[in-house]
Amino acid sequence: MDVILFLVFALFAVACAINVVVQTHPIASAISLIGVMASLAVLYLLLGAEFIAAAQVIVYAGAIMVLFVFVIMLLNAGAESKSGRSLVAQALGVPSLVALLGILAFFVQRLFPRESATHFGGFTGGTAKAVGKALFTTYLLPFEATSILILIAIVGAIVLAYKEMD
Amino acid sequence: MAAVPISWFLTLSAVLFVIGAAGFVFRRNIITVFMSIELMLNAVNLSFVTFAYQFKKVDGHLLALFVMVVAAAEAAVGLAIILTVFKRRPSLNIDEVNSMKN
Repeated sequence: MDVILFLVFALFAVACAINVVVQTHPIASAISLIGVMASLAVLYLLLGAEFIAAAQVIVYAGAIMVLFVFVIMLLNAGAESKSGRSLVAQALGVPSLVALLGILAFFVQRLFPRESATHFGGFTGGTAKAVGKALFTTYLLPFEATSILILIAIVGAIVLAYKEMD
Repeated sequence: MAAVPISWFLTLSAVLFVIGAAGFVFRRNIITVFMSIELMLNAVNLSFVTFAYQFKKVDGHLLALFVMVVAAAEAAVGLAIILTVFKRRPSLNIDEVNSMKN
């Protein structure tokens, strides 16, 4: 059951991710990216990360993607125009990416032998209670730092957009 | 009970990261480039959550949460910058935004 769920949603995530990169129209890429995020949320649930799965759906698929779609609509972004690519990029681009993937997959397989397996319910420490407890004790300083970061981002976005208005 | 190896999750994370890197390098539309960055951040989040499972600790979830916060801040500021750039030069092609090059 776990393997079937993993394979279904992993394949869906990879298909949607390829669609993000391949589609020429940004709105199609945005919809595919929502598919990636939703299937990743299911995989987080398989790994026992309930809170992160919920945050993934609410923050990523909800807030951030709405922002993206809003900007795409606002700028009336059309299909991407083809630009002349250099011969070096055409010749080396895909092979070097495949090489990077091969190296990463090789080291992952070497470092984590097949015995270390996951099954649903093997880790139950990802509840909102556990995450909140760690967030407000061990990680209190980074938490406060992120709140300041968010404040700076809000002010920065308003300043940039305000200059754009007038 | 059929179990999924840890390495499958990490390999999926690597695959998504490489696809995101490909989009970042190959695409010319500035919004799609931004979405590729989000894809890479998501891939890294998956490895954090997988390692949290592996070591049975909640710390990985906290790191994933901080990555989400940074991604949200980055998306807000980045899209505001895209709006400002678009106001000056009505094109989303990333090759035409080269005023700092000359």
